[in-house]
Amino acid sequence: MSATGQQDRIEPKEGFTADDTPQTFGAYVTAWLVRVRSGDLGALPMVIGLIIIVIIFGSLNETYLKAVNLVNLLLQLSGLTLISIGVVFVLLIAEIDLSVAFVSAVGGVTAALLLRPDDPGFSWPVAIGIALLVTTAIGFIQGQIITRAGVPSFVVTLAGLLAWSGVVLILTTQATTSGTIIIQNDFVVGLANNFLSDFWGWVLAVLIIGGYTGTELLKIRSRRKRRLPNKPISVVVTQIGALTVLIVGVVGYANSDRGLPMAILVVLVFLTFWTFIASRTRFGRHVYAVGGNPEAARRAGIDVARVRVAVFMISGFMAGVGGIVLASRLRSVATNTGGGNLLLNAIAAAVIGGTSLFGGSGRVASALLGALVITSVDNGMGLLGVNSGVKFVVTGLVLLAAVLVDSLSKRGRASSGVA
Amino acid sequence: MTDRPILDCRGVSKRFGAVQALYNVNFEVRVGEVMALVGDNGAGKSTLIKGVAGIYPFDEGEIHFDGESVKIHGPRDTADLGIEVVYQDLALADNLDVVANMFLGREETQRRFILDEAHMENSARATLESLSVTTIRSVRQTVAGLSGGQRQAVAVAKAVMWDSRVVILDEPTAALGVAQTRQVLDLVRRMADQGLAVVIISHNLHDIFEVADRITVLRLGQMVAVLEKEATTQQEVVHAITAGTLDTVPGMDEL
Repeated sequence: MSATGQQDRIEPKEGFTADDTPQTFGAYVTAWLVRVRSGDLGALPMVIGLIIIVIIFGSLNETYLKAVNLVNLLLQLSGLTLISIGVVFVLLIAEIDLSVAFVSAVGGVTAALLLRPDDPGFSWPVAIGIALLVTTAIGFIQGQIITRAGVPSFVVTLAGLLAWSGVVLILTTQATTSGTIIIQNDFVVGLANNFLSDFWGWVLAVLIIGGYTGTELLKIRSRRKRRLPNKPISVVVTQIGALTVLIVGVVGYANSDRGLPMAILVVLVFLTFWTFIASRTRFGRHVYAVGGNPEAARRAGIDVARVRVAVFMISGFMAGVGGIVLASRLRSVATNTGGGNLLLNAIAAAVIGGTSLFGGSGRVASALLGALVITSVDNGMGLLGVNSGVKFVVTGLVLLAAVLVDSLSKRGRASSGVA
Repeated sequence: MTDRPILDCRGVSKRFGAVQALYNVNFEVRVGEVMALVGDNGAGKSTLIKGVAGIYPFDEGEIHFDGESVKIHGPRDTADLGIEVVYQDLALADNLDVVANMFLGREETQRRFILDEAHMENSARATLESLSVTTIRSVRQTVAGLSGGQRQAVAVAKAVMWDSRVVILDEPTAALGVAQTRQVLDLVRRMADQGLAVVIISHNLHDIFEVADRITVLRLGQMVAVLEKEATTQQEVVHAITAGTLDTVPGMDEL
């Protein structure tokens, strides 16, 4: 069923030519350009923005582009990315979770409390397991209230934001007079303070490139078997090549300093897992359907309430994971854990990375891309020594720009009839 | 076309509080025919269809399917019988592509939870092909980018795909332009020619005379006429819709 051959003779009832998969490299690029022009920008604004950020800060401060700063950047973005993955799921069903920052703090504090030597001195798997159970349960409760009582998620999670910040305060001040709980467990501290050796860094690089290549090949084989058109092999090779250059570059550069942080391994594991869930499973498909048209999902027999609750549980779970990584980085939790602009950064990361606030559109990877942009700006301004006031203003403008791009591209899509 | 009805509603009634929405209605559709269901607003068309669709039960009357008496307790029962309803709003998720929409809620999977995209894409193509839908450029296009006629075609293909035997279309041409209406009517005809029983609800008599084999007219919740298209005129149908003879005049019982 080659599209190019049959499109010349238009005989409506003659056969089905319902495919215009580009068959050559040039055609593929052209099709992509058409999509971009009609407003389907994908990750393009983010990539351009990132390049601009790197050029600006790189020219203003010589440390910015050094390997030591790349490793710092990776450390800084880990916790944020993990929390933001949960936010992506919530945004996909056109809801919001304002409680993620303090839920992450609850996770971090719970783990820290359970790990205190002799009191109760749990081993790290137990402590982390209980902490994640707690944050997932929080997501479950909030999700139940939102779906059962029909209260907007904005209000329920806003109440959660206040309540859980209170819980963090109570837990930390009850446990210690100073309000700071030091984490002494080597594994948990190691998450954000240990690094992969050069060898394991390269193993990880090979796994990523091999994994990507493998899934692409499997897809091509499965489509070939059913005689479905594939994208041209030259495009696949180019994509794999670009990924290889990127990964080898990052790993090589990081290895020239301390190496890849353990936390990045955690990020990659969850990123891969949730990407798989979102794009390859029935549950993921139902999440997108609920975000796109809840009524259609309901009539198709999908248990919309269950999907919603599950998504809030994912949000709680990932907030917990992020909270533990953040606690690990500071080697402690304190009364102010989860405060500041962590919440806004987590939501902004998802949006900047390309997840729509209107629901139904976005990818799990946008959490990483968005966190990369936010952390790059934050890190750059930190090196320049600008005060926090300026930092907030700039981060706010970056978020505004991202939301405007989302809104304008949506309008562009609507007017050109392509989505 | 056979004379035996595949779907046969006998003497169905439905009452909402004080309102008798349907009274002793007989309605049937045969294999391979397009049955039009017409009537003014409030005549009971939607009530009849929703009863068949399992949205709510009829108060009285029987439903026979393929010669056997059946009970419909919910939308699932309707789907299990092989009756699919395409509602006016189509119930498509704009952000998903054509394949995903056609399989929504009934995705094909490998190892129970991993989506079998290639298999679904193949089935979707085959169904669209069997309906000779040639206007859709790519089955991997999101539905948001489709025209009204194309969306209708996707919704119909979705209904046809599940080995369905009766397809009920609620106002399929109401929001469409001339060329797209043409496409949808052609599609309706082809479905019937392939051995499906098609029920089409419409206000547009022109469309109905173009595509239907028979016409059932409802008025004030009662069935007032079943007309063969070949043996009737638009005037006769309009007369039946506005002034058809009623068995009982609503409110008579209370007098």
